[in-house]
Amino acid sequence: MSDFQPILTEHIHQKECHTLSFYKSVGGYSALEKVLAMSADDVIELVKASNLRGRGGAGFPAGVKWSFIPQDGEKPKYLINNADESEPGTFKDRLLINKTPHQILEGMIVASYAIGCNTAFIYIRGEFFKEYQLLEKVVAEAYEENLLGKGILGSDYDLDVVIHRGAGAYICGEETGLIESLEGKRGWPRIKPPFPAIEGYLKCPTVVNNVETLSNLPHIINRGPEWFKSIGPEKGPGPKLFCVSGNVNRPGVFEEPMGIPLKDLIFDLAGGIKDGNELKAVFPGGSSSAILTAEEALSVNMDFDSLAEINTMLGSAGVIVMDEKVDMVQACLNIARFYAHESCGQCTPCREGTAWLSKILSRIASGDGNSNDIDMILEITDNIGGLIDFSKGSFGKTICPFGEAVAWPVRSFVEKFENDFRQYISQEESVA
Amino acid sequence: MSDNNFHKDSFEYVNPDLVDNILSQYPDKRSATLPLLHLAQTQEGYISNAVVDTVAQITETHPAEVMDCASFYTMFYSRVQGRYILQVCQTLSCSLNGADALVDHITDRYGIGPGETTTDGKFTLMKVECLGSCGTAPVVQINNDYHEGLSKEKLDELLESLQ
Repeated sequence: MSDFQPILTEHIHQKECHTLSFYKSVGGYSALEKVLAMSADDVIELVKASNLRGRGGAGFPAGVKWSFIPQDGEKPKYLINNADESEPGTFKDRLLINKTPHQILEGMIVASYAIGCNTAFIYIRGEFFKEYQLLEKVVAEAYEENLLGKGILGSDYDLDVVIHRGAGAYICGEETGLIESLEGKRGWPRIKPPFPAIEGYLKCPTVVNNVETLSNLPHIINRGPEWFKSIGPEKGPGPKLFCVSGNVNRPGVFEEPMGIPLKDLIFDLAGGIKDGNELKAVFPGGSSSAILTAEEALSVNMDFDSLAEINTMLGSAGVIVMDEKVDMVQACLNIARFYAHESCGQCTPCREGTAWLSKILSRIASGDGNSNDIDMILEITDNIGGLIDFSKGSFGKTICPFGEAVAWPVRSFVEKFENDFRQYISQEESVA
Repeated sequence: MSDNNFHKDSFEYVNPDLVDNILSQYPDKRSATLPLLHLAQTQEGYISNAVVDTVAQITETHPAEVMDCASFYTMFYSRVQGRYILQVCQTLSCSLNGADALVDHITDRYGIGPGETTTDGKFTLMKVECLGSCGTAPVVQINNDYHEGLSKEKLDELLESLQ
C-alpha cells in the first residue's frame, strides 16, 4: 500500500467536508488571501514555475495557458471551469465536486484573479444534477462570506461565478465545443487558431481549466512551486487522481503522486483482478488513449511522458481494466459505438468514419466479418485520425482531437489484439 | 396519451422571475439558451415547437437556431417521456459489470426496448453513454438521480419503490 499522504482528497472521509466552515477549519481560502496581496503576474509566474499541467486530458501547462491571455485590451476576460467530465473511465471531478467544492472554488478565484477576469463559469455536465445543486449552495455561501462578489475580502477585486449546465454531449468537454455550448449553440468545436486565450467565449480572451487542475492551485500557492515539483516527475509533477474501474476488486479514485507504476494502481490500490483472473488489457487514460497489453501495463508509470513514450497518453487518468474473459472485439465495438454516438457530426471523416467503424465492428462481432474488414478498420482510423506517427506528431484531419480520440483506441485494439479479431473472421470463413 | 404535442400553440414560463434571473447571469441573451431549455423541459417534460419559439423570442435568436441547439443535446427530448426515465449506462466499465443484463431485465419486466415507453406512461427505457460514475458500475440514472452499483435484485427493489 502506498504511504503517500493525499493532498486534494486529504479530508474527503470527514463528515461535512463539503461545507465552507469545514474547509476554512483546515486552512481553506488562506491561499486566496495570499493571492489578493500579490500581483496577477506573480501568480502566473508562480503557477508556471510549479509545472502544473492540465488534468482534463491534454496536459497543457496551466500557467503557460494563462500567460497567453492578452494583458492589455478592453475586452472582458473569462475563466471557465470545465466540469463536463465525460471521458469513459473518468470519475474524479465528480468526487472533488461532492467532497471538496470549496477547494475548487478557491482555485477558480485564484485563476480568475491571475488572468484578470470578473466573470467565471462552471460548465457542469447536465447529468450531474445533485452536484449542480451542491455547487449552487457553495457559490451562494461564498457570496455571503464575501469570497465572491464585489471587493472580495476587502480587496478591490470583483468576481461573479455562474454555474451552467450542459445537456448530454461528450464533445462539450472539448474546450471550444464547450465555449460554443455556453454561447447557446450546438457544441461544435472551433478551428484553432485563434485559441480561446485570444478569442474564446463571445470572442473574448478565455481560459478553460479542468476541475482537478483548479483544485491544485490553493496548495501550490500555500506551499510553493518547489514543493509541488518535488512530487513525482519534475516536468509533470504533483498529486494526481487516478480513476480505476472495470474488472478490479476495489474500483475507485486514488490520489497518488504522478508517475506511480500502473501495476501498483491495479494490483495494490484497486485490489487486483476480480475472481483471480489474469489481466488482459488496460486503457491508461480514458477510452481515448491507446490500449495497453498486460505486458505493457505491468511496466509503465502513470505520468505524461512515460505514457507518451509507449505511444499512449495519461489523458484524464481513467484506467479501465479488462481481464482475460473480456472479448476484445466486443470491447472495441463498445468504444467504437460510443464515439459514433458522440461524434458531433461537423467533420466528414469523423462523422462517417465513426459510423462505419461501429458498423464493421458489429459485423465482425456478429460473425459476418471478412478478412478485408481489418484492413478497412485501419484505413478508416487513418482517415479520421490521420496517419498516426508519434515521432512526427499527429496529422489529424478533423477540427478537434475527437478524431484522434477514436482512431487511437480502435487502431490499438486491432493491432495489439489482432488474433482476437482474426478468430472471429476465420471461424466465419471456415464455416463458409 | 398524446405522445407528441409538437403543435401546441404557445408556451409560457410559469415563473418569469426564474427567466429574469437566468438572463441576468449572462453577458448576452443567447448564452441563456441552455438554461432556458432546461427550465422549459422541467415545466413541460419535453421541448415542443412552442418552447423553441418562446426561447427564441427571449434570446432574440431565430427559432431555427434554438432548434439547432436543442436537437444537438441528448438530454433535451422532442416528445413526452415516461414519468420515470430509466437511463442505463452502456459504456465500457458499466458493460464489463453487467449493464447489458440490466437493459434486458427492464425489457423483460416491462416489455419496452430502448427508446420506448410503457403504455401507462410510467417508464421510458434509454441506453445512455458514460455517466461518469465508472467506479460504481453498473449505473442507472432515473430522472435526476444516480443509482450506483446495481444488481438485478437492487434494480427490482428500486423500480418497485417508484410510484
